[in-house]
Amino acid sequence: MSLWSRVANVFRGPSLSREIDEEFESHIEEAVERGRDRAAARQAFGSALRRREESRDMRLLAWLDWLCADSVFGWRQLWKNRVTSAAAILSLALAMGACTSAFRLIDALLLRPLPVADPQRLYALTRQITGTDGERHTYDGWAYPVFRRMRAAVKDQAELIAVSPVMRTDLTYGSDAETEKAHVQYVSGWMFGSFGLRPSVGRVLTENDDREPGAHPYAVLSDDYWARRFARDPKVAGRTFRMDNRLYEVVGVCDGPFAGTETGFVTDIFVPTMMNARVTRSDSAWHGTLVKVQPGVAVEPVRDRLNAVSRAFEEERAKGWVGASRQYIETWLQQTASLEPAGAGRSALQKQYRSPLAALGVLVALVLLISSANIANLMAAQAAARAREMALRVSIGAGRWRLVQLVLVESAWLGILAAGVGALFAWWSAPFVAGLLNPLGEPVRLALPADWRVLGFGLALTCGVTLFFGLAPALRASAVKPAAALKGGEDPHSRRRLMHALVAVQAAFCVLVLYVAGLFGATFERLSREPTGFSADRLLTLETVAASPQPASYWNQVVEHLRATPGVETVALASRALLSGYSSNDAVAVEGGPPSADEAYFLTVSSGWVQAMKIPWIDGRDFRAGDTYPGVAIVNETFTKRFFGGRNPVGRSFDRATDEGARLRLRIVGMVRDARYLDMRGPMLPVAYVPFSQPVGRGTLIVRTSSANPRVLVEVLRREVPRARPEFRVSSVETQAEIDLVYTVRERLLAMLATFFAFVALLLAGVGLYGVLDYSVLQRRREIGIRLAIGAQAGGVARLVTAEAFSMVLAGALGGLALGMVAARSIASLFYRVKPTDWDVLALPSLAILAAALLAALPAVIHAMRIDPATALRAE
Amino acid sequence: MRKADSLQGSLDLLVLKILSRRPRLHGYAIMTAIQDISGEVLRVEEGSLYPALHRMEEAGWIRAQWITKDTGRRARLYELTAAGREQLSTEESRWQAVTAAVNRVLRVV
Repeated sequence: MSLWSRVANVFRGPSLSREIDEEFESHIEEAVERGRDRAAARQAFGSALRRREESRDMRLLAWLDWLCADSVFGWRQLWKNRVTSAAAILSLALAMGACTSAFRLIDALLLRPLPVADPQRLYALTRQITGTDGERHTYDGWAYPVFRRMRAAVKDQAELIAVSPVMRTDLTYGSDAETEKAHVQYVSGWMFGSFGLRPSVGRVLTENDDREPGAHPYAVLSDDYWARRFARDPKVAGRTFRMDNRLYEVVGVCDGPFAGTETGFVTDIFVPTMMNARVTRSDSAWHGTLVKVQPGVAVEPVRDRLNAVSRAFEEERAKGWVGASRQYIETWLQQTASLEPAGAGRSALQKQYRSPLAALGVLVALVLLISSANIANLMAAQAAARAREMALRVSIGAGRWRLVQLVLVESAWLGILAAGVGALFAWWSAPFVAGLLNPLGEPVRLALPADWRVLGFGLALTCGVTLFFGLAPALRASAVKPAAALKGGEDPHSRRRLMHALVAVQAAFCVLVLYVAGLFGATFERLSREPTGFSADRLLTLETVAASPQPASYWNQVVEHLRATPGVETVALASRALLSGYSSNDAVAVEGGPPSADEAYFLTVSSGWVQAMKIPWIDGRDFRAGDTYPGVAIVNETFTKRFFGGRNPVGRSFDRATDEGARLRLRIVGMVRDARYLDMRGPMLPVAYVPFSQPVGRGTLIVRTSSANPRVLVEVLRREVPRARPEFRVSSVETQAEIDLVYTVRERLLAMLATFFAFVALLLAGVGLYGVLDYSVLQRRREIGIRLAIGAQAGGVARLVTAEAFSMVLAGALGGLALGMVAARSIASLFYRVKPTDWDVLALPSLAILAAALLAALPAVIHAMRIDPATALRAE
Repeated sequence: MRKADSLQGSLDLLVLKILSRRPRLHGYAIMTAIQDISGEVLRVEEGSLYPALHRMEEAGWIRAQWITKDTGRRARLYELTAAGREQLSTEESRWQAVTAAVNRVLRVV
C-alpha cells in the first residue's frame, strides 16, 4: 500500500511539490499567528527547497522519480538531434528486426518442440551408408518388415513409430472430376496414443487400425485441414474419399495444433502405414522411423540393439542379391544405425536449411554489431559534446551512478524504439523469407507465432544491444573530471582510441559479410549457369494418370492428339520429367560380364522424347514401332565412358542386373549427350533410356509450346487429354523451368539475403567511418587551423585526418578476410564451384570497403581543408 | 530508507505519543506540543519534523487531511492510524527497555 502510494506520487510530482510547499507555508503562518517574527520563522525553517526535496524523497520512490526525469530528459536529447536519432533507430531496427526474423525461422524449423507429449524423448532412427561416391550419407528411410522386427526387439525400452514423408496426393470426396490435392502422411496407428493426441471429433487411429496390409481404410484429419477444408463441420466423421483407387473413411479429427512430424510441411490426412502398397516389401525404404524411449532408458543400448537387428535383416536380404557385385554388397552391409534427437520433428527441410540459416543468422548478427558500433560511436561523440554539462552536474552534486543512469536511459530509448520498429520488420520479414523456401508445388508452412519465445529473444536482444552501445559511453561520461572538462582540456585522444578500435571491428565484420555474400553470390551464379544438357524453354510437363494401367498404344493416341492441338510444337512421353526427383537405378553387366559396382540410371521414354527435350544426338537412332523393353536402349555419354570405356557402344548390348537376380538384356540403338537426371550439383550420371512397352497407369507428357509463356496452354491441355482418351486425366502441371529452379532455391535465397545484408553492412560501415572522421576533424580543428596557418599542404592535412582511421580500416579488412576464410570452411558444403581462396572473391570485398572508406572520408577531408585558421583559433 | 537512529526513534515516539493523546494536530502544533510538554527541554527542528511526518505517513502510521480553517487558510492535520497505534506500543516498550538498560548501567558502574 505504501509502495503503491509512493509509485503513484511519482506520477503526481508537481502537485506533490505544491502540497508540501503549502504545508510549509501554513506552518510559517501559524508561527506568525502565535506572535513569532515572520523572518525569524522563515530562518528557523531553513532552505525551503531543501526541505521540499527531503520530504519529496520520503513520499515517493526516489529511483523511479529519477528514472522518469531521466526518461524525459533522454527523450528531449533524442528529439533535439532527431534526424541523427531517426537514422540511428532505423539502422538499428533493420539489424534487430533481421536478427529476430532469423531467430524466428531457426526456432520454427529447428528448435520448436512438436506439440506432442514428451518431445524431448523423441529420436529419429537413421542409417549411415557409404555411397558409390565413397562418402557416407545419412538416410531416414526404412522398409516396413525390418521396422516391425526392430519394434519387437526394443519393445520394453522404446516405442517405434513409422511415419512416411508428407505426400501431395490426388483424392476425391465425390466423382473423379472433383479430384483435389491433399497432404497425406502414412503413420503407425499407435502414434496418436504414444504422442498423447486426442480426437476432437470421432476417434483417432490406434494399434488395431494398423495390423493387416490393406485392411484398414480409415483416415484421421488434422485440425488445420478440418478447419480449412470442412469449416470445422462436426459431421465430417463418416465421410469417405477415394485415393489410389481405394475408398477411405474419415473416422475423426486430431485435436490441437499437431499436423504431422515433418517440420515445414503440414499433414492434412493421416492414414495407417498398412494402407501403403509398399508395406510388405523388404526392398523399399519408404518411411522414416521415430523412436520414443521410455523414461529413464539410456539411448545407446537401444541404438545398438536396433543396429544389430537392422544388420541381421540386411545380411539375410543380401543373400538373395545374386545379381549384385560382391563389392556393392560389402559396401551396403557397412551401414550403421544411429539415433538423432527429433523433438522438433524431422524433415529434409531441416537438413537442407540448417547451415544456411545458421550462416544467415551469423551474417545478420554481424550487421547488428556494425550497427551497434555506429551508435556507440554516436553516443560517445554526443557524450564528448556534453562533457561540460556532465561536469556541471558532477559539480552540483550528481553521483557517479546518476550519470551512468542518465546516459543509459538515453541509450535505452534508442534500443526500445529500434526494437519496436524492428519487431514490425520481423513480423513482416520472417513469413516473407519462409515463403521463399518454396519447393515445387509444396509451399513450406512454418508455424511463426509471436509467443514468449520470440518476445523473450527480442527482450534479451534489446537489453544486450543497449548495454553494448550504451555502457561504455555511460561509464566514460560518469568518469568526467569537472575541473578539466570545464576548462575544455580533457585528453581528446582517449575517446578517439575507442572510436578507432570500433572502426577496425566494423571494417572486419563488414568485409566478412561482403566476403561470405560474394561466395554465396558466385555459387548461385555458377549453379544457375550450369548446363542441364536439355532445353527447358517453353516446356510443360503434364503428370497424367489413369485409373488402371493403360497400353502404350493408348498413351500414343494422347500424344498424337496433343500434337495436333494449336499452339503445341512437339509432344513426347516419359515415365517422369527429368530432375523431378525420381530415380530408378540398377547394376549393369556388359556383354555377359559380372554386374558393375557403379549403378546405372534408367528412364522410360517414348520415341521423339530426345528431340522434344533437344538433347543432341551423337550416334544411332531413336526408338521406333516394334522396339520393346527389355530389348533396346539409348544411352548417354557418361554411360558410354563408365561401361564401354568411351568407345561407341551403338550395336552392342548390356544386361540390367536387378537386385532380385533378373537380367534384362538391352541392345544399344542410340547414343546421346549427357543431360541432368537427378540433381544439378553432382557429376553427370550414366543413364539408359528405354522404350515403353508394358501398360502403365502414370506418365509425364512433355509438351513444347510455340508461345513464349507455356502456362497459357495449361487449361487447353487439361481439357484435351481426356478428350483424346477418356481413361486419362492430368494430375498436375509444371513447367520444366520451374522444376529446374527447385535446384537453386536455396542458393538464390542465400545469395539474395546475403547480398542485401552486405549492402546494409557496407552502408552502415561507411556511415560509421564518416561519423568518426567528421568528429575527429571537429575535435582537432584548432590543431588543423594552426597547421594550415603555418602553411601545411592539402595532402598533408588529408593524411593527418584520415591516416589513422584508414590504417584501422585496412587492419580490420585483413582481419575480416582471415576470419572469412576460416568461417568459409565450416559452410563449404553450401558453395558450388567456388573456392574460398579464389582471387575474385577475395578482391571484391577488399575493393568495396576501400571504395566505401574513400567515399566516407571525402566530406571530412573537405571540411578540414575549409577550416579558416583565424576563426578556429579565435573560437573559445 | 534511512536507518532509524536513536534520536530519530525518539522523535517518532514523541510524535506518535502526542497524536495518540491529541488527535488532529498540524505540524506546528506538534512542534509546540513537544516543546511545551517537555518543559522547553526538547526542541524539534522543522527540518527534522516534516521529513519524519512524511515518512511516517508513507509508512501508514499516521494519516493526513487538509482542512480549511476559519481564517480561510488551509492546514494539514495528522492523526494516528491503527498501524500507528501498534507502532507506538512497540516504540514505547523499546524505549522503556533502552532507558531501563541505560539506568542499570549507570547504577552498577
